[in-house]
Amino acid sequence: MIDLTGTIEPVRAIHGGVVVLMVVGLYVLVARGNLIKKLIGLGVFQTSVYLLYIAPGKIAGGSPPIIADGIVTYSNPLPHVLILTAIVVGVATLALGLALVVRIHEEYGTIEEDEILDRDDPA
Amino acid sequence: MAIARLRNLFALVALGGIYSFMMALALLALDAVDVSMTEASVGAGISTVLLLGTLYLTHIHEAPPTRLALFPLAMSIVTGVALLYGVAHLPPFGDPSTPMHRHVAPRYLNDVVRETGVPNAVTAVLASYRGFDTLGEATVIFTAGIGVMVLLRRRRRAPRDDKQGTGS
Repeated sequence: MIDLTGTIEPVRAIHGGVVVLMVVGLYVLVARGNLIKKLIGLGVFQTSVYLLYIAPGKIAGGSPPIIADGIVTYSNPLPHVLILTAIVVGVATLALGLALVVRIHEEYGTIEEDEILDRDDPA
Repeated sequence: MAIARLRNLFALVALGGIYSFMMALALLALDAVDVSMTEASVGAGISTVLLLGTLYLTHIHEAPPTRLALFPLAMSIVTGVALLYGVAHLPPFGDPSTPMHRHVAPRYLNDVVRETGVPNAVTAVLASYRGFDTLGEATVIFTAGIGVMVLLRRRRRAPRDDKQGTGS
């Protein structure tokens, strides 16, 4: 992440941050038994992907892609469009997942994965 | 990191909101103003409300982990190493000569005002050039909304049936 002169290049910093967020999200998603926490881990994972997509769209010295007089350099609008869609689909996924969690809580009285598995298979 | 450690889910949700807001600021710094606004309203706003609503209906405290999660930890680390190897070969940051900036985006940026009359290129691409994509997106939200309604309506009907059962 840090080059030999000791300064952090932006690209390394962003990619390193993306990887860290992805790994944390994945770990929370897989390792934690609590269903709400799993969904939050999924959210962290998603935001890392947003960052991964948006970061290459930035052009040094560019401005946001809103056409105006006197501006010649714009950042790339395409990743923004894709990630807008991804955010909205992500919140739809979250809503559906949370509804499932509420239903599971109604049925089993718990939102811990272990306890649910125990109740399904008491032997 | 704190998200992985915290066991009080209420604090966790609050932290998630803060995290989302920080992410919105980062996106703003990367010139993605539309995405930043969406993330701030949807990620920090709606998601937090949804999570709080779910917490209200379920438990606030997470049970302590019963076993050491070695396999997921190892798997996450392996994934991280693979990702680091992958991102090492991505093009440099902020360079306008990378392939993604030379292919489709300039055409949108050059012709967007003449063709659609909308100065915001993101809006124009989302609603005009790729309107069918957005229609599909709306379909996804609609489906998710129906799913939530179906799940939660059964939940509300179930206690009423129980009450009738005990009453008779």
